Amino acid sequence: MQAEQVRQVVLDIIADVSMEDDLSNIKDEVALRDQLDLDSMDFLDIVMELKKRHKVEVPQEDYPRLASLSSCVEYLTPKMMQ
Amino acid sequence: MLNNQQRIVITGVGLASPNANNLREFRQALLEKKSGVEHIDMRHMGKVCAGNAHFDETKHQNKKMRKRGTRAGAVSIYCAKEALEDAGLDLTNLDKDRIGIYLGITEHGNVETENEIHDLYQNNLDTSLWSHHHNPRTVANAPAGEVSLNLGITGPAYTIGAACAAGNLGLIHGMQMLRAGEVDLALAGGISESTHTFGIFAAFKSQGALAFDENPAIASRPMDKNRGGIVVSEGGCIYTLERLDSALARGARIYGEIVGHAINSDASDFVLPNTERQIQCMQKALKVAGLTPRDIDIVNLHATGTNLGDIQECKAVAAVFESSDKTFVNATKGLIGHTMGAAGALELAGNLPSFEDGLVHPCYNLDELDPECAIKGLVEKETMNVGEVNTILNNSFGMLGINSALIIKKYKE
Repeated sequence: MQAEQVRQVVLDIIADVSMEDDLSNIKDEVALRDQLDLDSMDFLDIVMELKKRHKVEVPQEDYPRLASLSSCVEYLTPKMMQ
Repeated sequence: MLNNQQRIVITGVGLASPNANNLREFRQALLEKKSGVEHIDMRHMGKVCAGNAHFDETKHQNKKMRKRGTRAGAVSIYCAKEALEDAGLDLTNLDKDRIGIYLGITEHGNVETENEIHDLYQNNLDTSLWSHHHNPRTVANAPAGEVSLNLGITGPAYTIGAACAAGNLGLIHGMQMLRAGEVDLALAGGISESTHTFGIFAAFKSQGALAFDENPAIASRPMDKNRGGIVVSEGGCIYTLERLDSALARGARIYGEIVGHAINSDASDFVLPNTERQIQCMQKALKVAGLTPRDIDIVNLHATGTNLGDIQECKAVAAVFESSDKTFVNATKGLIGHTMGAAGALELAGNLPSFEDGLVHPCYNLDELDPECAIKGLVEKETMNVGEVNTILNNSFGMLGINSALIIKKYKE
């Protein structure tokens, strides 16, 4: 899976988790929690969906790597290429 | 004699019933005999009769919070907000630290646990996919906690587990907390989401107590000779309770006053009722109210449609009210099924408008009265206009032998 596809995967999951947030103007470099109505339970939902849908494990120590959309793509792309 | 700080009154009603989404609709449905029982497809079981509430879940809750929370929480939030609106109470003008949320529940967490176990089997028993939402969804205070989160209420918010007596117990507890000065406003009542768990249906079926009919509208038939057991339903009813002095000070509409109550235990069987203890419960409530059986205008039966339960309760009511020739008796579950933790609070709401219109709604699907349930004053088939109704005694009983009786009086100075 290429970086652009990984970005879309993450966006799809965020859309399902946040439900009512407008994702059309999301800024890739800005922390997700600073621009969307996401809390710690939502974050765990995102981690769980990555595992359920794409078999990607995100260990707890790596959670900060999912802070923004760009850091998600950077962190997940190698994992999803495997 | 209680002073106005100790007298507790009902000033608002919010409800979700299988046949109505507010008090006006509910009363109309009861008078017009509109059934809320339908066929639903139950996991592992197929077609069953049930009463589902059809309120708008997103009227007072956003989609994300609904997805995160529970059906019980959604029912509770809807009823609580509707009650506040009905009472004309604006939370922005109230001290949210002085509001209590007290919700009676039959049980909680079965729905979520069943769903997750279902998913677990779909996921080859991989427990690492078990939802992190399991614990906050299944803690017993969840329905009340969801109301507190939704409304920003920071006073005490918890549930009262009391099987099918729980609706009455929510009201009783709210009244007690107001009298104790713990809060200034109580959101109190009972709720249930029972129709979303196959376990309740399967257990009643195993017990030989689950009603079914190809015509769902006639499946629930308390006291009828051909009754077949319980129709499981969901719903909720939450009241705003206030001290009389505060209600009068803000010019609130007063639906009625809680004047008597009693809770006791059978200590005799896990599921079978106990007539003697039910008699004691009603008598104790009358004593607390300072009333005699002749002073009660309506007795609303718990009457679930089980063979023994209906007979035992009718014997108890007959014993307590044998001296009264002016007490009318009705039952509600024929139209809405058994709303479990909501039943006491919801069925009381069905009779509250009698204080205004003098009508007593009938029992439903009572085509051929079981001779063992033939008690004086039973309003069998048609609504009666009795002129004036001043008092209601509301029975609710539950498994493990918990009994409750609540007496509400038309408000008079």
